[in-house]
Amino acid sequence: MGEFINTFIRAAFVENLVLAYFLGMCSYLAVSKTVKTAFGLGLAVIFVLFVTMPINWLINEYLLSENGVFGVDLVFLRLILFIAVIASMVQLVEMVVEKFSPALYNSLGIFLPLITVNCAILGGSLFMVAREYNFTESVAFGLGGGFGWFLAIIAIAAIREKIKYSNVPPALRGLGMAFILTGLMGIAFMSLMGIDPAAFSGS
Amino acid sequence: MAENTVQDVQAKEPLFGKKERKLLTDPLDDNNPITVQVLGICSALAVTSLVLPSLVISIAVVFVCAFSSLITSLVRNAIPSQVRMIVQLVIIASLVTIVELTLKAFNYPVYKQLSVYIGLIITNCIVMGRLEAFAMANKPWRSFLDGVGNGLGYGAILLIVAVVREVFGKGSLFAGSPLEMKFIGATNEYMINTTTSDWFGWYSNNNLMVLPAAAMFVIGILIWIQRSRNPKLVDIS
Repeated sequence: MGEFINTFIRAAFVENLVLAYFLGMCSYLAVSKTVKTAFGLGLAVIFVLFVTMPINWLINEYLLSENGVFGVDLVFLRLILFIAVIASMVQLVEMVVEKFSPALYNSLGIFLPLITVNCAILGGSLFMVAREYNFTESVAFGLGGGFGWFLAIIAIAAIREKIKYSNVPPALRGLGMAFILTGLMGIAFMSLMGIDPAAFSGS
Repeated sequence: MAENTVQDVQAKEPLFGKKERKLLTDPLDDNNPITVQVLGICSALAVTSLVLPSLVISIAVVFVCAFSSLITSLVRNAIPSQVRMIVQLVIIASLVTIVELTLKAFNYPVYKQLSVYIGLIITNCIVMGRLEAFAMANKPWRSFLDGVGNGLGYGAILLIVAVVREVFGKGSLFAGSPLEMKFIGATNEYMINTTTSDWFGWYSNNNLMVLPAAAMFVIGILIWIQRSRNPKLVDIS
């Protein structure tokens, strides 16, 4: 359990996917004009990361590695397989959500298909492989990373809604200001590095 | 008259005419992928704290962008529109795998340094964005040029950010490559703040520049400069 919380906190705050690794920046900048849409996309990202991460972990461990089902090192197929899993999971999630909760489907709208090319999702899976997470950690990393992304996009959307009323130099309005705000937020999130993960893993 | 010109164009479409040149140069400034189209900011910026990895990733992006455009454009009429995303992703993923394996074979230290970011070129929106916006509707040669141009425009921003960050953050340039420059002082450390240095002894390394946040600031300022020069690009919202 300590391991789980530890990875979750690291992924959500200290190693925030957007602010420390620039993952998912495109949709982060494009969809953060209002809080409402940012909220929808954030939820969708949490969900898809949470679903794809364990699946990709299982694939990597049992299909692609040398000790897997085929007994052959298939690591070179990793990129293609991961992206295929993500694309099909997004499609599947879209269909399930449409069937069982039309209200949620309508509010997520176009964001679901967009998630396929959100770097945060593929990046999460690749980080999981690079850091050799085990199953529990990869679930925690999926949840934590998604949550961190959600926090970041909500925060920037709220700031951007307010900053419309400020007197920003014309050439800096919109995109330029969004970049600088993101940088400032990144510094703010770094201050959470002071949290001692050992305190959680010890229990 | 109109027919005439169309025929003329088809008869001797220049291999490298004005339009073609525009395809190459436009993305460098007025239609820059990062600062104007806002595509592909993802991931790759995280490697900009040093120049060498940024250079490698820029070359990789140019390669992937150019050849995925070329291949997509060649098969564009055979792709059913419902599954075009998957087809494009497979093309991009195969090219990125080629890049990854090549780098792994020839320059392992850099491969290690870049780790996941090579793989992340797949989801770099600029590649897919250009496929959707240009290669699906244009002839192979033009698409190829468009891919090269956008890759270059992307790489240019990456390199500017990397140079600023490395010089001010680490006091070196091209660290880790044969071209390595430590233009600060005579010590072995690539640090500006060595007291033995004659030139820049007064300067301490700016640790802010090493943080990821610095890349944001640098891009923000680049956008600022670009838009003050060219007010057409300013968004009204």
